Amino acid sequence: MIPVDPSWIVLPIAGPLAAGILCFLVRRGSSLICLVTLLFNCLAVTLLFRRFLHCGADLYRIGGWQPPLGISLRTDGPSLIMLAMTAVTGLAVTFYARGYFSFRIDLPTRVGRHERQERFFWPLWMFLLAGLNGLFLSNDVFNLYVTLELIGVSSAALAALSGKPASQIASMRYLLVSLLGSLSYLLGVAFLYKTYAVLDLGFLTAAVADEPGVRAALALMSVGMLLKTALFPFHFWLPPAHANALAPVSAILSGLVVKGSFFLIFRLWFDILTPVISAQAYNLIGVLGAAAILWGSVQAMRQQRLKLLVAYSTVSQLGYLFIAFPLAILEADHQAWSAVIFMAAGHACAKAAMFMSAGTIFLHAGHDRVADLAGIRTYLPVTVFAYAIAGVNLMGLPPSGGFVAKWMMLTTSLASQQWWWALVLMAGSLLAAAYVFRVVSRLFIIPPDFPVVQRHSRAGLLEWPSLVLALCSLFMGLIAPYPLQILKIHQEGSGAPAVARKAEVLSPPGHVSLRKAAGSEFGEACGWSVLLRGAIP
Amino acid sequence: MSPDTLYSFAGLLLFFFGLFGLIACSQPLRKILAVNVMSTGVFLFLVATSYGPGGKVVDPVPQAMVLTGIVVAISTTALALILACRVQETSNLSQLLGRVKEKTGKEAGGK
Amino acid sequence: MNSGNGSFRRRKLDPLLPVVLLLNVCLGAILILVVNGMPRHPVDLAVEVAEKMDQSGVSSPVTAVLLNFRGYDTLLEVMVLFLAITGVWSLTRAPFPPKVPDRSPVQMGAVRLLAPLMCLIGAYLVWQGSYLAGGAFQGGAVFAAVGVLLLVSDLAWLRLVPSLPLRLGYSLGPLVFLGIALSCIFTEGRLLDYPEKATHTFLLVIECACAVSIGLILAGLFAGGRPADDLLEEPYIPSQEEEGG
Repeated sequence: MIPVDPSWIVLPIAGPLAAGILCFLVRRGSSLICLVTLLFNCLAVTLLFRRFLHCGADLYRIGGWQPPLGISLRTDGPSLIMLAMTAVTGLAVTFYARGYFSFRIDLPTRVGRHERQERFFWPLWMFLLAGLNGLFLSNDVFNLYVTLELIGVSSAALAALSGKPASQIASMRYLLVSLLGSLSYLLGVAFLYKTYAVLDLGFLTAAVADEPGVRAALALMSVGMLLKTALFPFHFWLPPAHANALAPVSAILSGLVVKGSFFLIFRLWFDILTPVISAQAYNLIGVLGAAAILWGSVQAMRQQRLKLLVAYSTVSQLGYLFIAFPLAILEADHQAWSAVIFMAAGHACAKAAMFMSAGTIFLHAGHDRVADLAGIRTYLPVTVFAYAIAGVNLMGLPPSGGFVAKWMMLTTSLASQQWWWALVLMAGSLLAAAYVFRVVSRLFIIPPDFPVVQRHSRAGLLEWPSLVLALCSLFMGLIAPYPLQILKIHQEGSGAPAVARKAEVLSPPGHVSLRKAAGSEFGEACGWSVLLRGAIP
Repeated sequence: MSPDTLYSFAGLLLFFFGLFGLIACSQPLRKILAVNVMSTGVFLFLVATSYGPGGKVVDPVPQAMVLTGIVVAISTTALALILACRVQETSNLSQLLGRVKEKTGKEAGGK
Repeated sequence: MNSGNGSFRRRKLDPLLPVVLLLNVCLGAILILVVNGMPRHPVDLAVEVAEKMDQSGVSSPVTAVLLNFRGYDTLLEVMVLFLAITGVWSLTRAPFPPKVPDRSPVQMGAVRLLAPLMCLIGAYLVWQGSYLAGGAFQGGAVFAAVGVLLLVSDLAWLRLVPSLPLRLGYSLGPLVFLGIALSCIFTEGRLLDYPEKATHTFLLVIECACAVSIGLILAGLFAGGRPADDLLEEPYIPSQEEEGG
């Protein structure tokens, strides 16, 4: 095996940046430029995986300056899985957007409107991609702020692209919330710098001790990122912004952008500032997550419009990511810890597929009122199938990625005697089933006197990406051992991570045997999926 | 009290003034201004950390960070302002059209 | 005044506002107490910057941090600025007043005198960046001021500036910066690892290209949209528009 050159790590950031500038400059063949960039992005991520399997977690020093003076990029288990999630979802969304815009330009509406949307979608999307990849790879607190702004500005501009007043008002609010979030984060960075005078994450992790300055930084950064991630009390901006955007934009915003700020919270809470955080804080964030699951699901059930329903389901699904926080901190086997990352990746695929299907349905039917969706199946069978499959992942039925993640969380919560989280998990799944079936049951009905509708010649490019993505989320459960193995390498490679140390401090001695039990469950979950994998040719 | 502590306090005060303005004001323009006040506060706080002990060594890293931050703040402010103008335009237009429709509707009903 | 009174009255009615104010004051007080109790931070990083200054290619520490030690931050920041102009162009066309007003000769004279002088000052600021306070952003801001001056005095030719040269000007700095950063991978093996001999030249090239682009972009943000010959779009009419989608 030839060792992979470390400089490949630059491609996921520099490639989209160059493509974004080119798309703005040249304008012809933007979609082709973007497709090529996305393919190269996938290649680079594959090579980074190979390198990771070869030499483990790695630092890339930009400019050759040693941290803390210079900035470095880091590849480890969680960041690689996030990169892969972005690459796959991004590729599917790019194909879909190509079909979407060529379809839209044929529609007779205001002159220039669709051309404007298409022309500016590509550069903005490329900058957003560069920001996301930069965020997942960055190893410097201030650099993370810059990537956050790159993401915030491009996603606000994308959300306003449709040009309707509703979307512009939603995007305005989105931009203000995201500015507030990143300013709060930046003040946190200033507190950290005032205390330790370093910005590099590795140095910070080594230096952090329980000091008032660090506590203030933690509070400011966490609140800022929770605002951007739209955890329960801060979710007010998400549904209008995601539901009123163009379909590919909604898919990107709901599938990928919220994961960016979530990943930052994940890093802060489990890697860097862990010594400062008390068990109560983990429980608090878990409670907020539980509230998000219940509230989001109930709201999703009450929506009359399909895109709003899907947006509220994002609010609810984000809750699962946070409910794993109190679970992860009380067990040493990192089962819940891995489940979080796995769940985030599965949700990205499923939610992007769902929004893309909703967009296709909207384009063909001319509306997205849930009550009037019957009959769509006659001319959009693939899309309806994709929607249902993505729903399977949201409900957490086997063999989807959502199932494996929820199963791991469930066993952890029972093993660590926190059964109340298990109740919330099950209630959330039932509610998800309710709001998924509410739509799917409509979609599969064909009224007797349903008129024959002309199918667009390029509908295939709209339908297949969402199906492929939905199938990805479905079969993610079957390939679960691989990503989980990569996360495991991460834990072993970094020695005993902060979480494990914390777990030993926090959990009472009686829990040791239970933790072991949870470990065997983990093995079972993996073994189960290996069995299934063997069964499928 | 040394000057850098004073700057830090002033920065924090500005941050919270801005935060209050952001929550309390309803017009978009004021909200954007409030965000700008907040960012100024953060930059002041950040630049105050460049004082070393005794004020002898000056740390250039926070200054570079503030420069970067200022450019980012300009970009976001510009985008927010133009977006606010667009919102204003389109909502004015819809209000205007709504009013015209109401009027014609009423007249038609009256007749 | 009227609207101010109105909003004032509305503000008085909101029962949550005192709570927000109280919360704000409490948080601020807590943070001030925290800052008051904090010891002075160590200066390891400042010392390290001072040690590595001779390898940085410039003699101003801030420029060294900005373009060399933390050049990656600056690269992304230039991209944020470029992104802002892309976002603004995606929103609307530049709103010029319907007809050119009569200008006083004094105004035109002042513009003719000031504009070249300001360009000169901007260029000097860029040059000065390598050894004193200054650099691409300061110089670019002065260039932008020239643009704003021209826009404010509403010269007729400004309305007809075509789109392509503007786009070229906007992307010059970001492309040059990115190109040099990437070329370092092939020559030295790392992103932004400037060759030792040519560091100063590279930094100067980056600064000049970025200053031009930053000036143009800031002026473009002030103009507030796409130029006249760029994509035309019919104005929005609510009744025609579909919901969602």
